[in-house]
Amino acid sequence: MRDILQSLKFITLLFVIAAALLVAGVVQQANAAEPKNPNTFNRLLTPKKPFNLPPAEDGYHDPEGEGVAYLQPPKEAFKDLVKSNVGNHVDWVKSLETGKINPRFDRLDPKAKPIVMDLNIVREVKGSMPNVVYPHKQHTEWLDCSNCHPAIFIPQKGANQISMAAILMGQKCGVCHGKVAFPITAKTCRKCHSQPKGKKKGKAKKTAAKKQE
Amino acid sequence: MNHATRCGRRFALLLALAGTLWLTGQPVQAEYGDLVLNENAEKEGMPPVIFPHWFHRIRFRCKVCHADLGFQFKAGGSGINMLKIIDGQYCGACHNGEIAWSVENCNICHSGKPGLPTQVIGSRLGKLAPPGPTQGQQK
Ligand code: HEC
Ligand code: HEC
Ligand code: HEC
Ligand code: HEC
Ligand code: HEC
Ligand code: HEC
Repeated sequence: MRDILQSLKFITLLFVIAAALLVAGVVQQANAAEPKNPNTFNRLLTPKKPFNLPPAEDGYHDPEGEGVAYLQPPKEAFKDLVKSNVGNHVDWVKSLETGKINPRFDRLDPKAKPIVMDLNIVREVKGSMPNVVYPHKQHTEWLDCSNCHPAIFIPQKGANQISMAAILMGQKCGVCHGKVAFPITAKTCRKCHSQPKGKKKGKAKKTAAKKQE
Repeated sequence: MNHATRCGRRFALLLALAGTLWLTGQPVQAEYGDLVLNENAEKEGMPPVIFPHWFHRIRFRCKVCHADLGFQFKAGGSGINMLKIIDGQYCGACHNGEIAWSVENCNICHSGKPGLPTQVIGSRLGKLAPPGPTQGQQK
């Protein structure tokens, strides 16, 4: 008898919760239907979102799927890596340089070493932004020449038309940056635009030539 | 405590949890660089595949997949399917029980929510609220 009473109590409690949720839901919907204040402080800026969420909570993995429990939460993997404030919130270049990670260059041979080429290409930028230094070194740590040449870039200095618009549309540097390599945001402009412009016009070119030697 | 009350309590807890998530508007943000691959999976009755770039780049350089194994720089662009995978191509070059766990663990790859289209989870930084006579409120 007591058991039945207790169950009943719980069922009533459930009903109360369900009713409360329903009311809250209706209120929320009503709010969404007619926006209250047209002069909120931020109209367009979206609130900061949490990052490195565990798979079951990231909105893409199905939390009911049988495999999700096996997946590693990114935070656990990134614990000892060098941090950044964009993308995966990992500085992949520094994590590699400092040996925090040692990804294989060959599928089978853990000892295979990458063929790294140290060649900077300076691209003079119109307007006020610093010149772009494209570093082959950091790229060939990860990538093969054939990943970029010739499909994305003709291997000849200045032979390629590159613009910010194209990059933001996912072409040229934007094939990778903004998708898997670090994204294009105000926090990363200077990673690419890293060479201050010389006062004289010829100066940037000279340093460029020197760097290539 | 008997079974019914225990169940009831658990259920109430679950409901409350679900309720709070629902009320606060669950934040949605998969890991940067994750891919959803769903060219055929869902059409053929399997959930979409979610491929984590971050997990694999800790173990392999891009070159291994994008030069040696022929993955294109475009989600859905390489024509991956299960036959090629069991024949040792694409994911099957590693998910063969030797380099990594094998294909019979369907749900570890096919782990996406139903209905997701093929896509790359790119940068959301600086993305604006949708235009229109609205407010700063956003999901
Ligand atoms: C170059 C080798 C390689 C290729 C190609 C590859 N994987 Fe993996 N993958 C691995 C290794 C190694 C692991 C770790 C295995 C382990 O934990 O035993 C892994 C783990 C995973 C995991 C689990 C991650 C976790 O949280 O533990 C998923 C999901 C996955 N792979 C999906 C895929 C999919 C989908 C493809 C094809 C689109 C693919 N992989 C292609 C090597 C590869
Ligand atoms: C991530 C993409 C990428 C990778 C990988 C890459 N390159 Fe390049 N490469 C470029 C870009 C960008 C340029 C500059 C093109 C321009 O200025 O129009 C360039 C230019 C060059 C040039 C022309 C230099 C000059 O002074 O004219 C050569 C040669 C070259 N690359 C060789 C290589 C070799 C060899 C590899 C592999 C070891 C390689 N690249 C890997 C992107 C890449
Ligand atoms: C094929 C893919 C690919 C393309 C195309 C590409 N990058 Fe990268 N880039 C990478 C990867 C991978 C890294 C490693 C860092 C990361 O993943 O965030 C990197 C790193 C860099 C870095 C080093 C940042 C540091 O912390 O030292 C710079 C600078 C850079 N890229 C500039 C460029 C520019 C400029 C272009 C176009 C001319 C370009 N990249 C095109 C993949 C690419
Ligand atoms: C992945 C590397 C990369 C990042 C990150 C990047 N840029 Fe660029 N940017 C370039 C390249 C390459 C060019 C082309 C230079 C040339 O003309 O050869 C360029 C050109 C420009 C130009 C000249 C006009 C044009 O479209 O060619 C401006 C202005 C500019 N960038 C602004 C920015 C700002 C602002 C940011 C940060 C939000 C930024 N860039 C981030 C690589 C980058
Ligand atoms: C374990 C294998 C693997 C590794 C390692 C890997 N990728 Fe990928 N990548 C894939 C697969 C699979 C796809 C999707 C291809 C398809 O659907 O046909 C992909 C797609 C991409 C895309 C296209 C996304 C889009 O749709 O715009 C980019 C860009 C990319 N990878 C960059 C990289 C970079 C940069 C690295 C190294 C830091 C890297 N990948 C390492 C497997 C890998
Ligand atoms: C290593 C990761 C991986 C595993 C494990 C895996 N799949 Fe797939 N599967 C894929 C990828 C990638 C695709 C292509 C996704 C697309 O449709 O774009 C795919 C596609 C499919 C498709 C679509 C049609 C076809 O035949 O290709 C079916 C059905 C499917 N998988 C069933 C299964 C079943 C059943 C299992 C377990 C026995 C399984 N998969 C295990 C990665 C995997």
